[in-house]
Amino acid sequence: MKNIYLLLWFALGIGITSCEFDNYEEPESKLQGRIVYNGEPINVGYNDVIMQLWEPGWQLKGAINVSVDQDGSYSAVLFNAPYKLVIQPFQGPFRSIKNEVTQSDTILVDLKSNQTLDIEVMPYYMIRNIQISKAGSDVTANFGLEKIITDANAKNVENVTLYINKTTFVDRSNNIATKELNGADITDMNNVSMSVTVPALNTAQNYVFARIGVRIAGVEDMLYSPIQKIQL
Amino acid sequence: MKKYIYILLTGLLVSSSGCNDDEFLDKEPTNILLDEQVWNDETLVLSVLGNLYLRFPDLQSTESWAEYANFDEAFASAAGDYWRHQNSDYGYDSWRMWDYGYIREINLFMQKCEASTGISDAAKERFLAEARFIRAGVYFEHVKRMGGVPLILEPLTYDYSGDPSYLQHPRAKEYEVYDFVIKELEEIKSILPADVNDKARATKGAALAMEARAALYAASIAKYGASTPQVSLPGGEVGIPADMATGYYQKALSAAQEVMTLGYSLYQTKPDLGENFASIFYDKANPEAIWVEDFKLRSGRTVGFTVDNQPRYLSEEQQGGRLNPTLNLVQEFERLDNTFAPLPIMDASGNLIHYSNPADLFAGRDARLYGTVILPGTQFKGNGVDIWAGYMRPNGNIITSGNIGGQADLNGDGNNEQVVGFSGPINGLEFTAQTGFYIRKYLDPQKGSGQIGTRSEVWWIRYRYAEVLLNAAEAAFELGQTEVAAGYMNQVRARAGLTEPLTAADITFDRIVHERKVELAFEGHQLFDMKRWRLAHVVWNGNRMTVSDLTSNIGKANKVSTMPFGLWPYKYLADPNNPTNNDWVFQIVIPNPVTNPDRFRLGNYYSEIDNGTISSNPLIVRQPNQ
Repeated sequence: MKNIYLLLWFALGIGITSCEFDNYEEPESKLQGRIVYNGEPINVGYNDVIMQLWEPGWQLKGAINVSVDQDGSYSAVLFNAPYKLVIQPFQGPFRSIKNEVTQSDTILVDLKSNQTLDIEVMPYYMIRNIQISKAGSDVTANFGLEKIITDANAKNVENVTLYINKTTFVDRSNNIATKELNGADITDMNNVSMSVTVPALNTAQNYVFARIGVRIAGVEDMLYSPIQKIQL
Repeated sequence: MKKYIYILLTGLLVSSSGCNDDEFLDKEPTNILLDEQVWNDETLVLSVLGNLYLRFPDLQSTESWAEYANFDEAFASAAGDYWRHQNSDYGYDSWRMWDYGYIREINLFMQKCEASTGISDAAKERFLAEARFIRAGVYFEHVKRMGGVPLILEPLTYDYSGDPSYLQHPRAKEYEVYDFVIKELEEIKSILPADVNDKARATKGAALAMEARAALYAASIAKYGASTPQVSLPGGEVGIPADMATGYYQKALSAAQEVMTLGYSLYQTKPDLGENFASIFYDKANPEAIWVEDFKLRSGRTVGFTVDNQPRYLSEEQQGGRLNPTLNLVQEFERLDNTFAPLPIMDASGNLIHYSNPADLFAGRDARLYGTVILPGTQFKGNGVDIWAGYMRPNGNIITSGNIGGQADLNGDGNNEQVVGFSGPINGLEFTAQTGFYIRKYLDPQKGSGQIGTRSEVWWIRYRYAEVLLNAAEAAFELGQTEVAAGYMNQVRARAGLTEPLTAADITFDRIVHERKVELAFEGHQLFDMKRWRLAHVVWNGNRMTVSDLTSNIGKANKVSTMPFGLWPYKYLADPNNPTNNDWVFQIVIPNPVTNPDRFRLGNYYSEIDNGTISSNPLIVRQPNQ
């Protein structure tokens, strides 16, 4: 019996002491924000857009990848340090704005405590006046497309698609039904209308989630509208 | 006193025996061979070379079946590989290769072979040419995956001076690596023997076949790279200038045409064209194979492809059936009148079409379909394969079971009948034919080939004559010689039973892409073909697919194909007196484990270079779009 107690004490002792020595300090500060155009968040696909955080001064070079969420927000829990934040040129349905401090697409982030940082970018397009609603067994969307970049870097719309899904992940790989419209077939960019029939849902739910996706010619990541819950 | 004498005597003994025998410390080891032993004996040099051959890399081969399931050719019916259908994109480090340990050993081989005096000049010349062949092949493999890599042509050794910078080499331009590969092969082709029966070692035919393929890759990257200007680096480490395309196409065509003069021919031995096509891959009396990785029973070098992928029904082990070709691939095999069509499972008004034999659905198609895929209603090793998903009642209700060959009471008489095949398909049950198909290409029909203790000696063909013809056809097509292209392509097609020849006007880019897809399926070409045509991000674009996406645009190069589809046969359960009772009907399905479409990002065109490599060599530039 005494042996068992001894063993227990021993285990307890290890437990108490090991905690202090085994663990590294956890990162303490949260960097968060949104990708915005004039303060309006730019919605993207799940796991589509990834930002890189580089912490200079280390021997081995490697970036911390930070995914941008579907609603254009991002967050990362980090150690306090000076970071360089980069959104590489091919990422996202937008172009980065030249940072005044670095004169490049790099943004210096000196993280000392929790920090909120919205990143202004120039999107190729913005989706305006979105109205998504249920009409009979269909989901109908009306919206306009505003061309933001109109100079030599302007790009055309390859197609627009209305996506619906059962969950709040809605994009080109996560959907139960889609309706696609070629960019060339859009007659009025300010007034696009499309609808998709809701298929039979094999779960007991009386709602779906919907959003618009815009594929821009020559740009890998798509631009999306905010996700909306549609009651059926 | 006596003690001191003993000590003195012992000391004397040690020093006398230790000192006057230098050889004591200079014994020949019995467990390793020394350089001077190896490099003065042709047999030993050959076995060093054999080791270099053995390590030649393949991304997809019969030794890595699961790699086929990364794309739309196949579904992996094995629980440990379902992730291949559940990931949302390919990692940037997929298919990475940076094997300078291997390249160093090839360089060392060449250096030591060159310096050797104990072997005949003829043997030395051939060994050196073979090593250069392997090195060219390894650099080709690197440039396919990584773009330009440092061209290291001699063994590098660190001098421990504390400054390793002289060992740091920048990446060569992508076309420089291709040029190196082409130049080396061009130089060694006349040194290597032109023996068409020597398949496992490098020959003139192998060098030229590799040269044709490499030149074709470089040409298409130059031409089609223009469609993805983002996939390039300013220093040329990635991307080839568009004006180099014609030169490379010409090199590819002339190298391929030179192979045609060497005496290789298409394998045409068996009267049944489908069986004939399947035999190309296991029959070693074969005028078509140019360069292979060989295996031999009871030698320690056997291959387990048949163990892994034999039909589950009557398999020789309690496993098999892992690799399931998809409906996406099966429907690409065209009809004998050279047209494309989805498999006719439904009539225009949406009713299921009935068949009295499941194999009838696939009748009248390219014989390569039978040779590549085990279809429901066909045989393997003389046995049926028992692929059927259950019974379907006229109202569409399905009776099936969750076990292979499972039983249920079908007609309410209290007796149980078998309601699903012994090979499945059963959703989510590994080793069953979850797409409704098993693979036939490279399966060994020998008895015992499916046993773990025996395995198989079927070789892995890296280069074969049909591919050379298709390479020539593609190069000729791109050079505007469509008549010539049609001639080469028709040879390959006629062997598959497509006897109505294509005319010069029929040869389009879609045709070129399609022909490679069906002729060379499961031979390790798909990823690299799609990459060099810059089609990978179009075909695997991450869009979720529907059945109508699947059945439209068949035979088109840019057809989106992101998810593996299956085709399940059912027995029709009508009234016993009804003539349609026990007919076969089919349904298109996506196997349950498939949750996500494949998504190939622009950053996947060239695999990521490891951060450790970049950190230790600052001259290495990163890949684009990652």
